[in-house]
Amino acid sequence: MSIQNITVALIGNPNTGKTSVFNQLTGLNQQVGNYPGITVEKKLGFCKLANNIKANILDLPGTYSLNASSIDENVVIELMLNKNDKLFPDVAVVVSDVENLKRNLLLFTQIKDLEVPSILVINMADRMKPKGISLDIPHLEKELKTKIVLVSTRKGTGIEELKKQIIEYKSLSTEPCLNASSIDVDYFDKLRKAFPNQLLYKLWLVITQDVNFLNLERNEIRSSFTKSHSDLKRLQQKETIKRYQFINDTLKIGLTIDSEHATDLRSKLDKILTHKIFGYVIFFGILLLIFQSIFDWSSYPMDFIDTTFADLANYAKRHLPAGEFTNLISEGIIPGIGGIVIFIPQIAFLFLFISVLEESGYMSRVVFLMDKIMRRYGLSGKSVVPLISGTACAIPAIMSARNIENWKERLITILVTPFITCSARLPVYAILISLIIPNKRLFGLFSLQGATLMILYLLGFGMALFSAYILNKILKLKTKSYFVVEMPNYKLPLFKNVAINVLEKTKSFVFGAGKIILAISIILWFLGSHGPGKEFRDAQKIIEQEVYNSEYQINPSVIPDRVSEYKLEHSYIGIIGKSIEPVIKPLGYDWKIGIAVVTSFAAREVFVGTLATIYSVGSKSDDDITIKKRMESEVHEDGSKVFNFATGVSLLLFYAFAMQCASTLAITKKETNTWKWPLVQLVFMSGFAYITALIAYQFLK
Amino acid sequence: MKTTVDLLQIGDKATIIAVDLDRIPLKLLEMGCFPNNDLEIIQIAPLGDPIYLNVNNGSHLAIRKEMAREIEVELHAK
Repeated sequence: MSIQNITVALIGNPNTGKTSVFNQLTGLNQQVGNYPGITVEKKLGFCKLANNIKANILDLPGTYSLNASSIDENVVIELMLNKNDKLFPDVAVVVSDVENLKRNLLLFTQIKDLEVPSILVINMADRMKPKGISLDIPHLEKELKTKIVLVSTRKGTGIEELKKQIIEYKSLSTEPCLNASSIDVDYFDKLRKAFPNQLLYKLWLVITQDVNFLNLERNEIRSSFTKSHSDLKRLQQKETIKRYQFINDTLKIGLTIDSEHATDLRSKLDKILTHKIFGYVIFFGILLLIFQSIFDWSSYPMDFIDTTFADLANYAKRHLPAGEFTNLISEGIIPGIGGIVIFIPQIAFLFLFISVLEESGYMSRVVFLMDKIMRRYGLSGKSVVPLISGTACAIPAIMSARNIENWKERLITILVTPFITCSARLPVYAILISLIIPNKRLFGLFSLQGATLMILYLLGFGMALFSAYILNKILKLKTKSYFVVEMPNYKLPLFKNVAINVLEKTKSFVFGAGKIILAISIILWFLGSHGPGKEFRDAQKIIEQEVYNSEYQINPSVIPDRVSEYKLEHSYIGIIGKSIEPVIKPLGYDWKIGIAVVTSFAAREVFVGTLATIYSVGSKSDDDITIKKRMESEVHEDGSKVFNFATGVSLLLFYAFAMQCASTLAITKKETNTWKWPLVQLVFMSGFAYITALIAYQFLK
Repeated sequence: MKTTVDLLQIGDKATIIAVDLDRIPLKLLEMGCFPNNDLEIIQIAPLGDPIYLNVNNGSHLAIRKEMAREIEVELHAK
């Protein structure tokens, strides 16, 4: 028996619960990737519909209409216009929200014009009763020429019915539900005659939208049928109003709202959450809660992970046969992986909060509250979302700046987001703070270490605002400013959505960063345990001689440690490190720290892993000591501590400001489409970091 | 009374008479801001901007003052 595969595209406005429907259909059978060439997330899931029928389900980015105003929305159009795309759907499932049916149907009528079999899902059906809404389904199905499925992802109802309709997709009507070409009969008649084989609505989209289109000769169509920009806009407006007329007529019979039954939780919550005082108090309270979870709650699992990996490395060293391979595992790979696994708890907490804030509809209220304030710095209220997500990772944060319509505001947001303290800085901060700040409490209340971390966060945020302010003054960009934010209804976040989101994000973060860290650890280990010259090869002899020839009495038990130290100095990495020492010495770093600074250019968190690798290569003692203890016991030739207060502060400031993240540069290039802006980021941030670290060290030493 | 949206108070209800088609984005129309639709002011942010409205009985959105200025309305009597 052959297996039938149906390709399904989920399309819908933002905030309609489209992703909930996707999660209900596919569960954990999901793949997250990127569309080729662009960084828009592509979510593909699989679902078994019946014994021998499977569905590939594509969750498309949320869009209000087929008139694209962002890259996310372009993805939807490009897919729906290209029949040759292997993801081109057999059936489009348009997801709508019962409380926003009128607006959601605009997109539905456009999809119908593409003559693709379509199903209309009306989600949040459980809200109908409390809101006093009733629907005349047969009337709606007749007018909209479709099948309607009432779904409640919260209650889990309607999903089986949806699966049934997907299986039956061939019986769905592909007829448009209104004739939009009547807005300019002459123009559309001519267009139809010139391209008789093409769908009229497709031609119209090709003319009006800025999308890549493969099969149609776009220039040919445009040259003969183009109109002035404002004429086209006028036609688009006519088209939109025409669609709404149809929708209003349809809903007049199909939808009734008994407002007496409506209980209005929304307006009550809005009154408090957007209140001029309470609104801000609540917002800062939530921010404090997020930071508390990162600083405090995550420290327990993190300590556990830290010691577990130290034990593991030690165990591997003792129980595997001695040799190069064992060294690679215990000195390169295990400490390297440990360096990334350790911050899973923090990432998970951050994504947990961010997805709850987004899901509940609260994030839009924050945008509303903060817009005017952010505008003073050349940012938009919508910049709050990237700036908050930036505490997790600058990469998704920069991507989330896409929904800022104003290019200048968006550009400034992209440029300053990397100043926000991301989770990759945390392991660096955590270990340095624990080395240089005493574990004491101020007034028996605030922990000094916690307060230092808080100061570093504020420093990053302050620097982001400050540079935004400067950029706003310098950049001479004329852009049309417009700002439209939907204020969605409040919803209790669905556990399944939040859990899947946290899992996916953490997984992709760990694997993405993990790959780089693992590779760097292996290379470092190799460079650290091999060397070119005689000094490296004969280290044992040289040190022994030194010890015996010494005027002082030296305990021979120090020989093994001295040998490995000497070997490291003359290994490849030692040679590289020594050559960059002149540049970093004024900042208070020795060549080992220098190596860690250079390798962590790929990603900040590599700093800790690099030091772990260098120090474990450079020591022969078998004690299962943690990275922190190794750093603590590291001394200069004169016996003074390497990680003293001045060096520690200098490093903290360096990591607070420097653009130490190759992936962020890459994403900035992608989002701004030029190397100019990532270069500006790199030079400005790293230059600023070097200068502040230099001043701090010279002042404190 | 004829006025524009930026001059309305919280709780005011009005009917849209005209929008300056060249100065507002298509997206605003798609959210329901076009002539003959009703709107209600739900909230005005603390510094007087942005403005949070309910348009076309169900579409809730926030817009900035400068855009609100381009939407002409007839204020309903209270």
